[in-house]
Amino acid sequence: MKKLRNEFLIFAICVAAITSALGQGELRFCLRAEPKTFDPLKVEDESSMAVRYLTGGVLVRMNRQTQALEPELAQSWKVSKDSRQITFKLRSGVTFSDGTPFSAEDVAYTVQQLMDPALHSSTGDAFRSGPGNTETKIISPTQIMITFPAPVAGLDRQFDQVAILSAHSAKKEMAVVGPFMVDDYKPGASLLLKRNPNYWKTDAQGHKLPYLASIRLDIQPNRDVEMLRFKRNEIDLINALDSEYFDKLAATSPQLVHDAGASLDSEQLWFNQVAKSPLPSYKKNWFRSAAFRRAISSAINREDLSRVVFRGHAQPAIGPVSPANKFWFNAKLKPETYSPDAALRALQADGFRMENGTLKDKDGNAVVFSIMTNAGNKYREHMATMIQEDLQKIGIRINVVTLDFPSLIERMTQSFDYEAILLGLTNVDLDPNGVMNVWLSSSDNHQWNPSEKAPETTWEAEIDRLMRAQASSSDAKKRKEAFDRVQEIAVEQEPFIFLVNRNALSAVSAKVQGANPVVLVPQTYWNADQLSIK
Amino acid sequence: MKFLRGNLWRNVACVVLLLVVGTSLSANWLAPDGYARQYREAADAPPSHTHWLGTDEIGRDRFARVLYGTRISLLLAPAAALLSTLMAAFIGGLAGYLGGAWSRGAMAVTDLFLSLPWLFLLIAVRAVMPLNVSPLFSVVVTFLMLGLLGWTTAARVLCSTASSLRESDFVRQARASGVRGVRLFWIHVVPNLKPVLYAQFWISIPVFILSEANLGILGLGVAEPMPSWGSLLKELEGLVSVGEEPWKFVPLLLLVVVVTSFQFALSKQDEVAA
Repeated sequence: MKKLRNEFLIFAICVAAITSALGQGELRFCLRAEPKTFDPLKVEDESSMAVRYLTGGVLVRMNRQTQALEPELAQSWKVSKDSRQITFKLRSGVTFSDGTPFSAEDVAYTVQQLMDPALHSSTGDAFRSGPGNTETKIISPTQIMITFPAPVAGLDRQFDQVAILSAHSAKKEMAVVGPFMVDDYKPGASLLLKRNPNYWKTDAQGHKLPYLASIRLDIQPNRDVEMLRFKRNEIDLINALDSEYFDKLAATSPQLVHDAGASLDSEQLWFNQVAKSPLPSYKKNWFRSAAFRRAISSAINREDLSRVVFRGHAQPAIGPVSPANKFWFNAKLKPETYSPDAALRALQADGFRMENGTLKDKDGNAVVFSIMTNAGNKYREHMATMIQEDLQKIGIRINVVTLDFPSLIERMTQSFDYEAILLGLTNVDLDPNGVMNVWLSSSDNHQWNPSEKAPETTWEAEIDRLMRAQASSSDAKKRKEAFDRVQEIAVEQEPFIFLVNRNALSAVSAKVQGANPVVLVPQTYWNADQLSIK
Repeated sequence: MKFLRGNLWRNVACVVLLLVVGTSLSANWLAPDGYARQYREAADAPPSHTHWLGTDEIGRDRFARVLYGTRISLLLAPAAALLSTLMAAFIGGLAGYLGGAWSRGAMAVTDLFLSLPWLFLLIAVRAVMPLNVSPLFSVVVTFLMLGLLGWTTAARVLCSTASSLRESDFVRQARASGVRGVRLFWIHVVPNLKPVLYAQFWISIPVFILSEANLGILGLGVAEPMPSWGSLLKELEGLVSVGEEPWKFVPLLLLVVVVTSFQFALSKQDEVAA
């Protein structure tokens, strides 16, 4: 009887140990806005992306730390030479959260849904490089071949964003293959994700993942409140921290904050080069002159912007690609040297002259222009004010204008009634295809001169050619060469004056184990299935 | 005794206001380096003997900015108050005096203006303004807009007062004596509207100061680098950090002191108006 009791005790301890290994912890953090959809194919906003990342099972996943592509639901894959076709070998024995088995049929269903033009999926747009239908061929339950009508650059990497849907589950998109599943949603308040009991992954010791029992996402748009809640231990992490809060927190709890270095995000200034804009012709001439843009660029003290505005938690930008993008960054590019004297000399060589401390062009017009930015963003307002003082040193008078965002966008995209704009660009995609819409002269997002019928300058024509060349090539080396040249042209011509790359700052509670913040989104919970709570 | 106590507070308030106005007008001597100079090596510095109230996030001397900001807010808010009071007197006073359809029409327009969300209206007006304007022009336009939009409440009060004056015995008597039109309005009605006009003027000043502060917090008020109380109060957005840096509260403290002083200083005007 005593032996039986001992065996029972040992069994109870084992059960407790296993339960402990599985983890009963709940990770809590804030989303800045309501997720707009739970359908992973329709995701466009940041909050929905977070939910998709935590719940969606993908065929391949880019490791946010190494930036290398790793197998997930696909054990292996092969991309055809022409980059139009990809064949996946899938894992067997995987089931969705509701118990529906996962097979090639689900992948085919997901791809067909994704590429349906009626869905207007921005994730699908990344695969849409030419007219025609996408074909899927199920070779076996664990093998599928997908053929696109035209070559898709970085084809395999694009599948990092494609969460697989179940073709047969009655629960539709709520049946997931990712580590967590949506359990409870209180609109405007919180979203509760529970561990997917059927998640296929295990750790090195063979324990089932994820370790966490649940993740609670509180919807909290106010960053001050988010910070206060973190300090009160009501939430466990802050994914993107402002530099001001970072320093405050670092002063009291340095072990909780993480500066992962320059992120992909950049802040930039650009001049209006739209021919039909309502600006006086002499100003159009300034803004369309590469020498003028380069001079302005070299008169801006980027070191000071990084050090003062971002308290050292930003790096002076070198070009259109952040050094955080390990593969695509052109390492040959050198940072712009701050030199107001050189800027003034360059302007004088271009016909400008200094008169009583005011810079004037060859027709005697004083160089005065406005820099517009969005109201309420203190970092951009501070940068604009510092640029105002920097340019004053070479006799240029700047008027800083802060506008509400809709008015700013209206001026930027509809009336073109602006002179210079200071805004940021948030990059999620490492691949240059993610910025095709910025660099192609015909694009609406070609901000300095959108929707050109034909490239208006030779350098824009060259960028168009190079961007199309890299997009249609499957040779990574050739693509890199083409995009390196795009970066060089961008630095020579400065249609965008890149100012700084913000650092990826985050805060993680000491209770969270396994966290290793990185620069890529989602910085702190990219390895959510391996996080646990002490 | 009660009268003396009330008078004492009013006198103290007047002295405080004079002191604040006097100090802000001396900004050129007290802070000769100006409000825009950036001491980038000493950004966000605590108070020191060189920067009495420390520096802001891009290294500008906070004391200088408070002085110049006070000057701007305190000089332009009364100007906006004067404009709005004159408009209220013209629209409300005349409508009340004329009565009938004039009064109903004017009050319908007033109600329409009152129903407009003024903040969004100001944002919209700012959005259609030319971009390339100097900071000085932006500050004048901001207060001009406040003045042009802020007459409605005062107009209703003045309409009501003028309406009751129109029906008063002395106006009837004047009318019976043959005094009519502009002469009647100017000699008999306007002098009796004066106390209400004064009260509305004084009440409007703190309202406009606060309105500009609201716009400033939204980044839509006075353009950089010119300071105003609104732009200075923006520093208080990071409430997590402010507890550790009490000197950042100085602009807020000054705003509270000035608005309170205005209330005490105009208390007698209120009594007269009532």
